[in-house]
Amino acid sequence: MSEHAASQSFTNVPCPFCGMLCDDLEVARSDAGSLKVIKNGCPKSSSGFARSVSGAKPQISGRDVELSEAIQKVSELVRAAKQPLYSGSATDVDGMRAIMALADRSGGTVDHALSAALERNLSVLQSAGWIMSTLTEVRNRADVIVIVGTDVQKMHPRFFERIVCPPESMFDTTPEKRTIVFIGEGLDTSGAVGPRIGDVITLPCPSDQIGDVLSVLRARLRDFPVSGQDVAGIAISDLESLAALLRDAHYSVLVWSPAAFDFANGHLAVHTISEIVKDLNTTTRSGGLTLGGNEGLTTASSLCSWQSGFPLRVSYATGKPDYDPAIYSVDRMVTDGEGDLLVWVASISTQLAPPETNIPTVVLGTPGLQVKRQPEVFIPVGTPGVDHVGRLIRVDSVVSLPLQNLHRSELPRVADVLQAVRATL
Amino acid sequence: MLIKLANAKVYDPANGIDGEVRDIYIQDGRIVSPPADARVDQEYGLRGRVVMAGAIDPHTHIGGGKMTIGRMMLPDDHRGHEVAHTDITRAGGGHAVPSTLTTGYRYAEMGYTACFEPAMLPANARQAHMEMGDTPMVDKGAFAMLGSDDFFLRQLAGRQDFAAIKDYIAWTMHASQAIAVKVVNPGGISAFKFNQRKLDLDEQNSYYGVTPRDILVTLARGLKELGVAHPLHVHGCNLGVPGNVETTLNTIRAMEDLPVHLTHIQFHSYGTEGDRKFSSGAARVAEMVNQHKNVSIDVGQVLFGQTCTASGDSMRQYGNTKSAHPNKWVVMDIECDAGCGVVPMRYRDKSFVNALQWAIGLETFLLIDDPWRIFLTTDHPNGAPFTCYPHLIRLLMDKGFRNDMMQKINPDAAASSTLSTLDREYTLYEIAIMTRAGPARSLGLRDRGHLGVGACADITVYEDNPDREAMFATPLFVFKNGELIVRNGKVVHVTQGATHVARPDYDPGIERSLKDYFSRYGTVAMENFKLSDEEIIGGDHGSIIIQPTGARV
Repeated sequence: MSEHAASQSFTNVPCPFCGMLCDDLEVARSDAGSLKVIKNGCPKSSSGFARSVSGAKPQISGRDVELSEAIQKVSELVRAAKQPLYSGSATDVDGMRAIMALADRSGGTVDHALSAALERNLSVLQSAGWIMSTLTEVRNRADVIVIVGTDVQKMHPRFFERIVCPPESMFDTTPEKRTIVFIGEGLDTSGAVGPRIGDVITLPCPSDQIGDVLSVLRARLRDFPVSGQDVAGIAISDLESLAALLRDAHYSVLVWSPAAFDFANGHLAVHTISEIVKDLNTTTRSGGLTLGGNEGLTTASSLCSWQSGFPLRVSYATGKPDYDPAIYSVDRMVTDGEGDLLVWVASISTQLAPPETNIPTVVLGTPGLQVKRQPEVFIPVGTPGVDHVGRLIRVDSVVSLPLQNLHRSELPRVADVLQAVRATL
Repeated sequence: MLIKLANAKVYDPANGIDGEVRDIYIQDGRIVSPPADARVDQEYGLRGRVVMAGAIDPHTHIGGGKMTIGRMMLPDDHRGHEVAHTDITRAGGGHAVPSTLTTGYRYAEMGYTACFEPAMLPANARQAHMEMGDTPMVDKGAFAMLGSDDFFLRQLAGRQDFAAIKDYIAWTMHASQAIAVKVVNPGGISAFKFNQRKLDLDEQNSYYGVTPRDILVTLARGLKELGVAHPLHVHGCNLGVPGNVETTLNTIRAMEDLPVHLTHIQFHSYGTEGDRKFSSGAARVAEMVNQHKNVSIDVGQVLFGQTCTASGDSMRQYGNTKSAHPNKWVVMDIECDAGCGVVPMRYRDKSFVNALQWAIGLETFLLIDDPWRIFLTTDHPNGAPFTCYPHLIRLLMDKGFRNDMMQKINPDAAASSTLSTLDREYTLYEIAIMTRAGPARSLGLRDRGHLGVGACADITVYEDNPDREAMFATPLFVFKNGELIVRNGKVVHVTQGATHVARPDYDPGIERSLKDYFSRYGTVAMENFKLSDEEIIGGDHGSIIIQPTGARV
């Protein structure tokens, strides 16, 4: 049907290409089946929807085969594996359900390609907890937004447009102009412009010293003395001014992505942010907002938690779910030569290459996926929200979106492929 | 296939049957009249066994983001409670907040066939239904949370036409696939976002100028006029605050004759008497409830041990973080729609406060005259995990057991409670009302919660064990839609329950203002906010049962 359908346009299209899941896109489909974002696009969505996937065929060791033969081969590999590893996990709710079911049945380990970042957040959630906000809340309520160490513009190209600089907010008590603070180095501040933006404060410091800066900020918020004049190149008086700004704000929001804290003890920076927010809430209101969640990470993490009772990095090797975020990192297991089969799911972007390994590898990937070594089996799969309907959970872990089928291709769903594998076991 | 349950001792309060020995026939998933000449394909001889309809939990937090926050936060509580897969069931586990899969299996293994999630944030409805979709065995349903959402508060503050408010209530039920509506700390979740730390019945939300009283009366009247079977499900103001018994009594008075359900009332029945300024208000609440036939309640019984409280009440949960055990917790402001607070809690029998909470819940059970207006809940997992229900039933049915337990609790709490003077023991008939017939009637489930001809064949068979805890923990048989799903307290067949919804009429013109609201202020288009039938049916391999609503007035 795809080649001959009349051109059409889709509205209110949710975009699966980052964790924000903007759902106001308009996408046109040509007679030939190619897609183009014609309204409310961004670099990620424009390239993601426009990418052609035609001509991709399942392959066994580089040889084109029918889908059924590829599924048969995956079944044999899974049946033979004593310790299958399931990661990548860039898929939608139904795809993740199928990964979980297959891992449960085959005694596998479940992880996601980007879970190292998530772990920095989870370790704080599991040791101290936090006070959080969500996208709509921030859009309407925030008067001070502090962006910590994260290049939000690059990660979520429409965050500033949609959340920081909306034309209007719901409450006439929210100031017309917001104060935006950037802490860190090399952050793109270009989004913080326009009629909703008041002061823009930049506090440059090396990324791996963010934790020190936050600790001094927290100390001064609590009126603890701090020696010296500066920390990581930021004057302590500037942090005192920031502390006063936060104390006086009605609804400050501290924004970070744990992916940006890829340095030693990065989780402690998350912890300090969370504790600053808690401290502020003793007298005023403040919330955290954690970003990222690309490649279906939030979906995989939430679904693993509700189905297994534990967050990601769960092994079913004993038949029971066993949670250990250090041991069951599939990246670590592959590096250390553990596991005897890697099943890698990357149905959203082409960037999510499987780790280099000599163990047999099955890839369920979007065509064009950058794979360094030819896998034993490659099955081209559809992207949820482009090639088939689906659902994804947004980065704030509250809202989820129904994804549309824009009929780019007839590629199978991850869920259908893995359910077919499971049915043969 | 025709199945006969022969010579069963039947407790079916909806049909006035109190332990009579009867035969029950099942065909095509329904209970049927005794057929004149049809051949019975399968007969279960049940002489001496107790038969009830499948149990219904009208208030249990089984689906939605806050439960998954609890799962992520508390691996320490789940370790040691993992469950391996079997040939027919999936692996899972957990204690305070079990995995969805284990939740479904465990409920069925206790004879439950339907569970209702009482606090579904419309903004989180899609995930709540996905989680319920991954909860096998039992029927499900959810109550949409309203009352601190900005659209409604703007309607109320702007003195909008009442018809438009009703349209919005009904629209929300459709959009979120709900069967009822709950209000949590009316207006208080919103007030907390404006930095108010308490909101009593007649205090104004500082931004909107409306009071909890306005919100309660508006929503209760709206639901009544929309013909929704379940009355407004109220988690009142001041949860957990000593002295909140006055608020609870005033709330009942405020409702006048409007139908209302006051949930987990134990947490709202606290006085300030005694040296520790914490005392039981159960007698006063029970007296008031007994007098007001428009009021139903569930208890939210506290039982001792580790659990996790999870509520939409961000304001009060923030206050409760002082008691978090272990000391970690999450509070959220959510989408100009609601909020949540997840606070782990360990109720200790030697703690004066916890022991008195335990006693207040039991006093409430024993002092309410009419079992049709009180439902058995622990507000899972807030008072205790649902797996404690058999223990709770024994506490209610066995005074000797209850008194033995009282010997173990904080002696000052025991001394300040009237519990030891209450001799009442619940009968099996009354338990069947509280756990089946009452919730079914209240929720408007016409063919659930009873065993009359035409009812859905959701049936539980128990040994008549004098140890009621053992009896209710391990049913002999459980049938779901006429299929045997549990034998000797273990799942023998996995099934997927239906999702119950109610769909009152509304004027679709309300979508004009909603569409504008969503596009101006929201981050989700109205069209995508709405949860389609196909997501539940196709996406979650479920089914939808639309329960009838009365005519709109």
